Amino acid sequence: MPGKLKAKIVAGRHLPVMDRASDLTDAFVEVKFGNTTFKTDVYPKSLNPQWNSEWFKFEVDDEDLQDEPLQITVLDHDTYSANDAIGKVYIDIDPLLSSEAATVISGWFPIYDTIHGIRGEINVLVKVELFNDLNRFRQSSCGVKFFCTTSIPRCYRAVMVHGFVEELVVNEDPEYQWIDRIRTPRASNEARQRLISLMSGELQRKIGLKVLEMGGNAVVGYLQCFDLEGESGLVVRAIGTACTLDKLSNTYTPATAINPCNSSPSKDIKDSPQAVPSALGCRSTHSSPVHSASSRLSQGFSVSVPTLLFAGMGSGGSAGKEAGPLKALLRQQTQTALEQREFPFFTLTSFPPGFLLHVGGVVSARSVKLLDRIHNPDEPETRDAWWEEIRQEIKSHAKALGCHAVVGYSESTSICEEVCILSASGTAAILSSRFMQDSALDTEHRFEDLMSPGCAFCHIPYDELNMPFPAQLTYCHCCRRYKVPDVLFTTIDLPTEANVTGKGCLIQARLCRTKKKAQGEGNATAISNLLPFLEYELHTQLMNKLKLRSMNALFGLRIQISVGENMLLGLASATGVYLTALPSPGGIQIAGKTPSDITYEQHISNMQKKINDTIAKNKELYEINPPDLVEEVIGSPIPEPRQRSRLFRSHSESSDEVSELDLSHGKKDAFVLEIDDTDAVEDIHSLLTDAPTPPGFYSCNTEIMPGIYNWTSALQMFTSVRVFRLSNVNLTNQGLNKVFNDLCENLLKSLYFKLRSMVPCCLCHVNFTVAVPEDELIQVAVTAVAMSFDKDQTQENGRQSIDKNLMKAITENEDQLQFPLELSAESSSNPLNSAKGLSEVSGPLPSARAPSVDYSSFTDRCSSWIEQLRLKAHTIRCGSIKTMSSLEKASPLPEGRSRSLRSNRSYAGSSVTVVKMTPLSFIPGTKIIKYLGIINMFFIRETTSLREEGGVSGFLHSFIAEVFAMVRAHVAALGGNAVVSYNMKECVFMENPNKNQAQCLINVSGDAVIFVRESELEATPPQPHSASAQTSSSGEGT
Amino acid sequence: MSVELDVFVGNTTIMDKEVYQLWLNGYTVNDAVKVRIEGGVMEECEASAEVLLSDTMDQFRTFQMCERLLQNPAKLANQLLFQIPPDRQAMLIERYYAFDDDVVREVLGKKLSKGTKKDLDDVSAKTGITLKSCRRQFDNFKRVFKVVEELKGPLVENIKQHFLLPDQLARDYAAIVFFANNRFETGKKKLQYLTFQDFAFCAGQLINNWTVGAVDNMVEDMDVDLDKEFLQDLKDLKILITDKDLLDQHKSLVCVALRGKTKVFNEMEANFKNLSRGLVNIAAKLTNTKDVRDFFIDLVEKFIEPCKSDKWTATDVNLYLTHYTNSAHILDTFKHQNVWTRYMGVIKSCILRMYHE
Repeated sequence: MPGKLKAKIVAGRHLPVMDRASDLTDAFVEVKFGNTTFKTDVYPKSLNPQWNSEWFKFEVDDEDLQDEPLQITVLDHDTYSANDAIGKVYIDIDPLLSSEAATVISGWFPIYDTIHGIRGEINVLVKVELFNDLNRFRQSSCGVKFFCTTSIPRCYRAVMVHGFVEELVVNEDPEYQWIDRIRTPRASNEARQRLISLMSGELQRKIGLKVLEMGGNAVVGYLQCFDLEGESGLVVRAIGTACTLDKLSNTYTPATAINPCNSSPSKDIKDSPQAVPSALGCRSTHSSPVHSASSRLSQGFSVSVPTLLFAGMGSGGSAGKEAGPLKALLRQQTQTALEQREFPFFTLTSFPPGFLLHVGGVVSARSVKLLDRIHNPDEPETRDAWWEEIRQEIKSHAKALGCHAVVGYSESTSICEEVCILSASGTAAILSSRFMQDSALDTEHRFEDLMSPGCAFCHIPYDELNMPFPAQLTYCHCCRRYKVPDVLFTTIDLPTEANVTGKGCLIQARLCRTKKKAQGEGNATAISNLLPFLEYELHTQLMNKLKLRSMNALFGLRIQISVGENMLLGLASATGVYLTALPSPGGIQIAGKTPSDITYEQHISNMQKKINDTIAKNKELYEINPPDLVEEVIGSPIPEPRQRSRLFRSHSESSDEVSELDLSHGKKDAFVLEIDDTDAVEDIHSLLTDAPTPPGFYSCNTEIMPGIYNWTSALQMFTSVRVFRLSNVNLTNQGLNKVFNDLCENLLKSLYFKLRSMVPCCLCHVNFTVAVPEDELIQVAVTAVAMSFDKDQTQENGRQSIDKNLMKAITENEDQLQFPLELSAESSSNPLNSAKGLSEVSGPLPSARAPSVDYSSFTDRCSSWIEQLRLKAHTIRCGSIKTMSSLEKASPLPEGRSRSLRSNRSYAGSSVTVVKMTPLSFIPGTKIIKYLGIINMFFIRETTSLREEGGVSGFLHSFIAEVFAMVRAHVAALGGNAVVSYNMKECVFMENPNKNQAQCLINVSGDAVIFVRESELEATPPQPHSASAQTSSSGEGT
Repeated sequence: MSVELDVFVGNTTIMDKEVYQLWLNGYTVNDAVKVRIEGGVMEECEASAEVLLSDTMDQFRTFQMCERLLQNPAKLANQLLFQIPPDRQAMLIERYYAFDDDVVREVLGKKLSKGTKKDLDDVSAKTGITLKSCRRQFDNFKRVFKVVEELKGPLVENIKQHFLLPDQLARDYAAIVFFANNRFETGKKKLQYLTFQDFAFCAGQLINNWTVGAVDNMVEDMDVDLDKEFLQDLKDLKILITDKDLLDQHKSLVCVALRGKTKVFNEMEANFKNLSRGLVNIAAKLTNTKDVRDFFIDLVEKFIEPCKSDKWTATDVNLYLTHYTNSAHILDTFKHQNVWTRYMGVIKSCILRMYHE
């Protein structure tokens, strides 16, 4: 009996009136854990009952403690009829299982009912007594800490980073069980909530076990997702990065090299990047589904979609010698170590200093699958195999880029009926070897001396003689020693040490494509045929917009493809910046196809002018004034800008355009946008219609905005959702595009307007999710945080002081950071994984293995597509060396109208603990002193009186507000005052206005923390509020 | 093609004061958008009408969701649904309970019943304030009335505590409750010149001096009902007009004191007995509920109007009432000094407030 769970029901307040006659309620509470239920006495005739119950004790296995939530049901006692349920509270007790997290859960929880929403509050006290369990075959993994944060949590240091952990569990969805036909919507919703809660617990426990096996004690960058596959079931899957973390204490403890990793350089050293026969930086893989022959159950159907690999494209670069040997050696060492593991993936997006050496580019893979009923919940092999394939693909992409690891890794799905698109993406990278073995230290130090830290990560990891795609390389503009690409795309956050010129901005590519309605395999095939084009165009759009802003790198790139019955939506978001190390991007040049027509020429030159103006304006706006390097560059072996770069639309298939058009615009290096069809015109149009952010506003989808340092403590996290109905049935692609584009633009405009009182401010971590909930509906949801910054302080000062702080933080960390990446052969391969892998191979279910696992054949089917791309490879060239205009001057930022509404941030005297929420991993001006545990909540809300609740907007508005309230309440009960790394992972909204019904599912996650203001911290030593301090007066249990 | 759903939810609930006021004023979303456009917020923030519409709808929805809490302000502070900074909460409450003097003037002293509520469209037409806003104000009066009706302790304090209102607003509500409870007649034509603030002042006087609470502060309805014993005692004042000697004595004392100090001395001297009778008769009749209701109209008819027709200034009135009150104390045979002081104190300040020149 390894644990005792104790719960005490203290009181209730604001209960709803359950008895119309007396306008009162006779409430009592059922406390359930596992199969044990306790009841409180009935507290008659009160809306504010004081139960003050005894301690209810549950003696349970810690396995159950991890899996099960504590379920509290508030009921109204009725003598003559069945007791009416008022609502429920589910409390995840996982945070109590880790010694370093919370010790008690105590506070007011909203009583939630899936039909009525929040109905009053209940004050509960929960404690856990754990007994030591030395059973090494245990099934529980109590004590493993989980963090949603995708960096090393602020008050920890990483002793070791073990690597990728993943797990998935499947089950039948209660909503689709036969019993659902006879039970009430409430019962069905509750069954679903409970099941998902159980599955999350189980998943977390299993992941924890894997971490323990690897020798770790924490999971960082934990990302858990649900796939509501409908009829075919419910999948809960999670990925994360296993680490060994040490809590930073005030007393300095010398770093102990716990793990002398033993991957010796003598291990077989592979020559890094294989040359990949792919064109223009678009690496594609494909596995032939042979679906014509597959007459068996459609479960085996699968299409792996050719994937673009955004490493940044460039025109052919020249070969240049570089000081390679050291680098090569280092790489080999790391690589050897990393090759030991199945998936050298890291869900982290920012890294301890010195960990990330080089970044190759974005790698992504998608696969279209047909769903079939999950027959046996205990055997999730099919889904496992699917993801395995994708990950293998990602791994091979990374290899092609000469990288041995993938960072900023994430996975997602989009489901429509029985078709499911699985996506994974990350950033190919080379990680430091210095943390892996002692022998490397020497060389490492020497090596590092050669590099200026602010640019090192930009240096190409791949062999320039054997480049995976034609890229235009130049010498790094910072150190002038190593080659850098002309454009860099990544999924990670901007490294803190990066040298950036000016400010960054949010860049989005949006695309909508119609698709014929189809069923089953036909549908899947149609989708997989569309996907490459979609991705390609998104990429083109991103590139164009990047150039238009005169920037040369994207961070935090996230591409979401959403599938509906009759359309596909693609949304790519990233933060564009100007990396000082990379060459300045050229302008955009428009080329007409038929220069004979005078009016046409006129039109073109007008457009050209507009574009040039926009670029100049943007340079001013984002303060991009790179040092003029032209003079210096002369001597260096920059490749001749001989080739004309030109961008073709993917739809303009005319390959004969390849012939060089000598347009005497004189800007040979510019990025050429050729107008040869209406699509292109539209493209340019959409380029120019992206409204600039209003004065005083900045936006990005990364954690921090380069160029802004002096944040104030004013922050406002928000979620905004819009659903757009397309009533015109016959929409063209262009029409759809415009609608979708406008929808996103208008949403952003609304956000700026809403938040105008916070100016000057920056929207950080802007996270868009798109969905096609129904035939003619497009849903866009945004979660972000608006943070004010101080403008009075001069930029330089701000920067310096922050830089100093940063440096301080870095050195502070560095002192304590020994960061051996655990890559030893013994520990690297995960026994569980490999075991599973084996059983899969010999598995009894042949259908579980989709035919697409066969990588050798991946080029067959899409060869035609690759051919197309190859043709375009001649024409798609981008990048240039010269800046297009030198007009840019340091311009004062447009003055924001600063309304000082910020004073309203003083919350003194509130009886409810103020809980801040942010999608970022930190809160400016504060220090996180304790992580209390992960928040992972899933809610369903349903209504059968939609009109009465204010229509769909009213319904969703109150539901989101309720979700926020419940998150805040749980955090406060844990003793915390903020949620960091908050994420709304799912918001599924369904409506049936004719029936006056709607249903919505929301899944949120984050890390509950205690923070203190830095000013307070200096005044008084950190004093973690104990949870009991937060207990309300009536909550003091005896 | 249309936006079917459009919501914005902040962790800290965003509320624009200006939009809140428009909502309180009972504007429809479209009207509110028009007002905002005219207010120039669009140019200021480079917003489009669309954006403004979306923002306005969203905020109106938020206010609507909050309204339930605003009706029970104590809940607002410890509810969990909306995270609103305390200063914002105070603002929301204060503005929600703020009212238009014109509106309250119309319903002052009326029974806060459904019937009165039905007449609100007339009030709305007369005042030019939207019916929605009138209804909110009326419902506020009624809600406050219902809550404090059954509470012990000082009226103003109770209102402050239960509705978290600032002092002045709580006093105004106390006046409204007091008037509604005693059903003072305020609607007669002769009283039309009086503003709500005039009445509120008088109510304050009555509450502080004539209610049970003025002597005992722990009984129910202490500040709402007039002190019955006191009203009974007021009958004794009749001696001032029924006893001929006393009346003459009183008159001569006042005349001596005022001679040469006022321009309307002759009118005063001629009218003294009438005026005195008027005031004392009001006192004597207050045991009668019907006459309590007519208290203000009586003051106007029996005192203010005669003085007005004789062109007394406010200073004259003040002078007269001061000496009229004080002189009674010198009368040997007049034993009801305490009752007289308690009575005349209120009468004097009420008349002075009601005496508009």
